[in-house]
Amino acid sequence: MNDAIIELTNVSKSFGGVIANHDVSLTVQRGAITGLIGPNGSGKTTLFNSIVGYHPIDSGSIRFEGREISQLRVQDIARLGLLRTFQTTRIYGKMSCLQNMQISVPHRKARFSDMFSYGRTEVIERAEHLLAFVGLYEKRFLRAGSLSFGQQKLLEFAMALINEPTVLLLDEPTAGINPTLINGLIDRLKRANAEFGITMLIIEHNMRVIMNMASKIYCLAHGEMLAAGAPSEIQRDQNVIDAYLGAH
Amino acid sequence: MSRTSLHPLTMGLLLLVGIAAPLLFPAYTNQVAVLWLMIVFASTWDILGGQMGYNSLGNIFFFGAGMYTSAVVQIGLFYDVGMYTSGARTTHIVFTTTQYFAGFALGTITGGVAAALLAVATSWIVFGLRGPYFAIGTLGVAVAGAELMASWEWVGAAAGISMPVFPGAPDTQKLFFYFLLFGLAFVVLVFLRWLYATNFGLAINAIRDDEEKAEAMGLHTRRYKRTAWTIAAFFLGIAGAIFGNMTGFIEPRDIAFPTTTFNIFMILMVLLGGKGTFWGPVVGAVVFHVIKEVTWTYFLGWQFIALGLLIVIIVVYFQQGIVGWLMEKYPERFGIHIAPKGKEEPASAIGLAPHPEGAK
Repeated sequence: MNDAIIELTNVSKSFGGVIANHDVSLTVQRGAITGLIGPNGSGKTTLFNSIVGYHPIDSGSIRFEGREISQLRVQDIARLGLLRTFQTTRIYGKMSCLQNMQISVPHRKARFSDMFSYGRTEVIERAEHLLAFVGLYEKRFLRAGSLSFGQQKLLEFAMALINEPTVLLLDEPTAGINPTLINGLIDRLKRANAEFGITMLIIEHNMRVIMNMASKIYCLAHGEMLAAGAPSEIQRDQNVIDAYLGAH
Repeated sequence: MSRTSLHPLTMGLLLLVGIAAPLLFPAYTNQVAVLWLMIVFASTWDILGGQMGYNSLGNIFFFGAGMYTSAVVQIGLFYDVGMYTSGARTTHIVFTTTQYFAGFALGTITGGVAAALLAVATSWIVFGLRGPYFAIGTLGVAVAGAELMASWEWVGAAAGISMPVFPGAPDTQKLFFYFLLFGLAFVVLVFLRWLYATNFGLAINAIRDDEEKAEAMGLHTRRYKRTAWTIAAFFLGIAGAIFGNMTGFIEPRDIAFPTTTFNIFMILMVLLGGKGTFWGPVVGAVVFHVIKEVTWTYFLGWQFIALGLLIVIIVVYFQQGIVGWLMEKYPERFGIHIAPKGKEEPASAIGLAPHPEGAK
């Protein structure tokens, strides 16, 4: 397994008496789309937050491209090329879509003097190209906060793309979006994966979406890894079905 | 309206107003000079408070720091500071014209630089805090500065320092300080116009809108926050150095670190004019200064009650400020585009049942 880009080994995290993740191990293959599913409260978002350095983990190891990142801060991890989007969409509401894009360019090489540079033409062109990619080109001068929820999600996705991540962690990309936009979004996620070569780890509740996209799926329940495998295996796994339907 | 242009026409007009004012209304030279100082206060406070969303209650610290640094440099260049400030001193000390201006120039620049250095140093502490904790933390810095100076004998402690006397006629002195403060305000405004047009403006706006998101995107948030704080400090330090010389006498609590007057005024002016807008602080400063001068002149004794009333009115009824209100009312004129409500994603495009409001 030399092409594993993210490796989690026995990661545990608890908040007081609540064990959010217990001995979770997971591998994301380079270039693949990996799914993470599980009932509400099973610890998916906690695991995401642990990976991107939002809070320290209690034990275990998180490696990104062979490098231990469990001790790094959020910004440092983001600059390595491991980026996440949020479940509740987060964009810069009082700025225009284009400005949202301009400030989301990769910061890993940013020098002190770059703080005072003007928006470069190639950045603006790239931003406009990606806004067109997600279908927001006509709305590029609109204030981002005035867009609909679904459009904000698309904008957040475009912001992630202009950041040129190696791995993108998506927290419920289709939650709260109308069905037509969902199809468009799935299409764009797949294209971003294929055309830009971005590895993806996706949390998703919509089974049709995740089964359709991911090559491997992990299922969490009560903070522990319940099952892992190809979508067809997961669909038939009795433990997974029980976890979702509440059987014991 | 593009963000990148420096608006040479408006800036030229401002330059004209600034130069003409003391010539047209010589009786009000000092009041207008203080108005320019107020504009510097408001505009530099707005860098953090408005554009970056960090409400500082301690910006006055840099004003006082610049003032005291310049005083020490101006005196220390030619005399022993401890002797000069000593209450037991009986000799009369006079600065020659050359000594005065050389000391003043060097003192002002050192004041700005020292304030900037102090900003870098304090930034390691205060930017560990957010929201109301940041406000209280910065207030602590300002109060600590005042108390430190008030108990430091070498710089005159609570008795303060008499600054070197301006070597010239009172009218020349008035105009000299008027043009210094106007020049400073003008430089600050041109500088901020440029600054907000660069990536820096975008970055601090992003921090204001959602700092956690900015961190998750890998933005060097700490670097931006520290730099913003240092820029504000530099200009406030210079303002302090000039104002100290203008009043001719400095002391810690009421002139150098006036936490309950100038410090509150700068926030109030920004709120009155409109947070996070370029012209808001300027408009706020002008309106506030007029209100303040009128109440101080005609309602003496009641002025702080009038001021308190103004604070309550702004905070309760008029939070967006004058320019903020205009921007809300006429967003297109300010280059802001709002998505039309209800028109996005028409049902036909989605291919779903029509929205309830779409039925009509």
